[in-house]
Amino acid sequence: MVRPARYQNRIEILQGTLDLLILQTLRWGPQHGYGIAQALQAGSGDVLQVDTGSLYPALHRLEKQKWIAATWKLSSNKQRTRVYRLTAAGRRQLETARSRWERLVDAMSGILAKPQGSES
Amino acid sequence: MRHKDDDLREELRSHLEMAEADRVARGQSPSDAAADARRELGNLSQIQEAARDQWGGRWLVHAAQDLRYAIRLFRRSPGFTFVAMLSLALGIGANSALFRVVDALRLQTLPVSDPDGLAQVRLADMDGARGNFHLGHPSVTYPIWQAIQARQQSFAGLFAWSADTFNLSAGGEMRLAHGLWVTGDLFNVLGVRPAAGRLLMPDDDRPGCAPRAVLSYPFWQQAYTGNPAVVGQTLTLDGHPVEIVGVTAPGFAGLDVGKSFDFAIPVCMEGALNSDGSGRLASGTDWWLNVFGRLKAGWRIDAASAHLSAISPELFRSTLPPKYPAVSVPKYLGFRLIAVPGASGVSQLREAYAAPLWLLLGIAGLVLLIACANLANLLLARATARQREIAVRLGLGASRGRILRQLLTESVALAALGGAAGGLLATVLSRAFVGLLDTQTSTTTLPLGTDWRVLAFTSGLSLLTCLLFGLAPAVNATRIGASALMRATTRGATASRDAAGVRRTLVVAQVALSMVLLFGSLLFARSLHNLIAVDPGFNADGVIAAGIDFRRLEVPADRRAAFRQDLLERVRGLAGVQSAAVVGVLPASGSSSGNVFWPGTDRTRGFGTNRNVVGAGYFSTMGIPMVAGRDFDATDTPGSTPAAIVSETFAAKIGGTRAAIGSRVTREATPGRPEESFTIVGVVKNSTYADLKETVRPVLYMADSQARPAGYVRIAIRSALPAATVTGAITRTLTQIDPRIAVGYRILATDIRESLLLERMLATLSGSFGVLAGVLTLVGLYGLIAYTVTRRTNEIGLRMALGAGRRAIAGLVLRETGTLVAIGAAIGTILALAAAQTAGTLLFGVRPSDPLTLAGAVAVLAAIALAASYAPARRATRIEPVEALRAD
Repeated sequence: MVRPARYQNRIEILQGTLDLLILQTLRWGPQHGYGIAQALQAGSGDVLQVDTGSLYPALHRLEKQKWIAATWKLSSNKQRTRVYRLTAAGRRQLETARSRWERLVDAMSGILAKPQGSES
Repeated sequence: MRHKDDDLREELRSHLEMAEADRVARGQSPSDAAADARRELGNLSQIQEAARDQWGGRWLVHAAQDLRYAIRLFRRSPGFTFVAMLSLALGIGANSALFRVVDALRLQTLPVSDPDGLAQVRLADMDGARGNFHLGHPSVTYPIWQAIQARQQSFAGLFAWSADTFNLSAGGEMRLAHGLWVTGDLFNVLGVRPAAGRLLMPDDDRPGCAPRAVLSYPFWQQAYTGNPAVVGQTLTLDGHPVEIVGVTAPGFAGLDVGKSFDFAIPVCMEGALNSDGSGRLASGTDWWLNVFGRLKAGWRIDAASAHLSAISPELFRSTLPPKYPAVSVPKYLGFRLIAVPGASGVSQLREAYAAPLWLLLGIAGLVLLIACANLANLLLARATARQREIAVRLGLGASRGRILRQLLTESVALAALGGAAGGLLATVLSRAFVGLLDTQTSTTTLPLGTDWRVLAFTSGLSLLTCLLFGLAPAVNATRIGASALMRATTRGATASRDAAGVRRTLVVAQVALSMVLLFGSLLFARSLHNLIAVDPGFNADGVIAAGIDFRRLEVPADRRAAFRQDLLERVRGLAGVQSAAVVGVLPASGSSSGNVFWPGTDRTRGFGTNRNVVGAGYFSTMGIPMVAGRDFDATDTPGSTPAAIVSETFAAKIGGTRAAIGSRVTREATPGRPEESFTIVGVVKNSTYADLKETVRPVLYMADSQARPAGYVRIAIRSALPAATVTGAITRTLTQIDPRIAVGYRILATDIRESLLLERMLATLSGSFGVLAGVLTLVGLYGLIAYTVTRRTNEIGLRMALGAGRRAIAGLVLRETGTLVAIGAAIGTILALAAAQTAGTLLFGVRPSDPLTLAGAVAVLAAIALAASYAPARRATRIEPVEALRAD
């Protein structure tokens, strides 16, 4: 299957973390899909590559879960865009997901930071 | 949903525009920016598809889409759809139709309360019983029934019944109806409820009872349009008025499965109805009753059976008829009663048709298998052809699951359509099948229900076929991946090599199964042909038998002979009647009555003989040639020496035709008559006695003019006029003599044709199945060969370019077909010979391993193979080498 070529120095977003990243991005205010992608790319110092093929399905998934809500707005250049904002439920979900992520990171780095177990 | 789709499209477009604008702002040229943004976004329709999947509830929309798409495809290839549906419908239809009949005849229990508690009481073996046998199956006499009732302990309720035919008309042409003689407890024990009035009770069945009858529900609907006022009205049975007291509930059709009844009357009326003094109630030699009962709680059927066997010796000792022939007394005293499960009643139809029905069901099963193989072939071909389409859709971003779901929908829709058509067909076919069993004198009624199990099984099988062969190649195709497929599918796909192998195997299987069916149908056809070709020894064409009942006239015994002679002369005098004579047993009529005869006084040389009572002129009327001696004539009177005419086989037993004339033979004593001697006055050619399949037995004809005249006479009439004209004239004449005379007719040629009902049915059905199998195989073979030629176009073109002639090319194609058919036929021959063994007893004059028939089946298959490969071979020889090579 034909896939767009990847930039070598970019990292694909870890499976399951895109939802968390979207919710986190929307904490700073309503944003459209393109904006979210740009924000994630910029926020990670161009390290994270956001695949549009994953972004939009994720947005629709979150919308169905009622964690984000969408409205149509006119952008600066009179272009109709679909803007997403965080709902109250989404805020609560963000807190839960983030604390779970932090525990995961702690656990992961705890293991990865340990020196290799000696064989003696 | 549409609104949401538009939204999504616009959302993605705005994304694209913003990305483009950003790039332009960063200094890219507008055209580069557009291309880059587009590339970064990726596969648009794939994104849309993935996003849509998140919405949920999509499957319903998808299913509707898939169904629409499937229907559109079916419409676009009506040939494929028609063949696929037809083969499914025929396979499913034939199977469920036959199973319905088998089920109604064999598997269903009687529609009465708690049928499993019922048991039939019968003789373990009736061999050696003497007297008159009124039913075709085991039965007991009235004294035996009474003794069973008095002595048994294992049944809570017991009843006896018998089937009989009665004339409903007061005079003129008979209107025959099916009556049941029943004992008082029958309806009570069975738990049958009245639909109107009341049913017969034990009080209705006392000696000297008032004539009362209960109608069956169908007869009530048919003859009285369901009018409740029928209760209290009068029914005329053989000229005797009988009061109608009620109607049985719908659904109850008696205990003889396949034979319905019109009314039931208590057995106590027998003496009054058969007023000529036959008196079956007192007779210990009239075997006419079936005994059924409901077991007491706690009694199992084997315990009841053991108990009945235990009381048998005493029971038969006490009922031994006074004038029972001495030689047969030990047999009588040795009779043993047993109990057998009675939940499904009794059925002569069941006994006669069980084996052929299972055989036909097996044949229909094979047809379904062939149909499935055909369908599998069609689906495989289609799936291979659609690989490119699948590849394109995958490339355009359709998900694998989505494509599989759609193919699944198509398969299910196809199976469902086939199943539905098959279900409809089954209803029509099963009715038609039961209709095949009807004759001049009997109608078959079976409760044909829709059996969901069969329909589910057959539809399940077809669904499985559709899934297996419609879906599997598709799964394969989606696994290979779009680009590989796109490259490969121009001609002869990579995945299709497997499929071609499977298709070849399927075709071989089809050929093998067809071989079995063709062999079977040819065997039955030959068997039927042999039976039709049997020389019955008489000429049935143009012979009508008139049964004339003048018992109501109460002609005194001393004037009956003259009265009968007068009737005969009146019939002979009718215009168009060539000849007429009195006959007792009609030839090939299925009934038999025999005795042991011996020459002179030498008992040790006794042999079993069929006997008949005929009047003067009988042999010329029937076209049975006289070999020696004379016909009966006016000199054979009640006072003269009893005369007899014998068949050639009989004459051979006593020293040949010449020696037979003038010699004396003696008949054994029967319950009704003492030993008696006859002088043989003539010898005639052999003729069929009971049925065309019989082995020839000796026949002895006695003179009607020397027999005790009854109030009933049967006359055989030969006429060149249409039967209806003759019967009309006879009825008018008899009515003129006395309107109370009743008459019934049978057409001998029809009788004989109907005696071959089973054979004709087997030949017709197995023949149709054979044709069906042949056509399906033709389609399957054609499809495969045509496909092979298309696939090998290149190769053929190359061969032709290198100088191969048209003949060689045609040979190439024919060899391919020949190989497949040869393998199939070889396997089929083994299967056919094994399968034919099961049909052995149903065949006449042809062995189940008949090599000529086998050769015939192979020849038919070869013809099918040639027909299937003609068009593809022709096309192969017309291939233009240059074009074929340029195509790639």
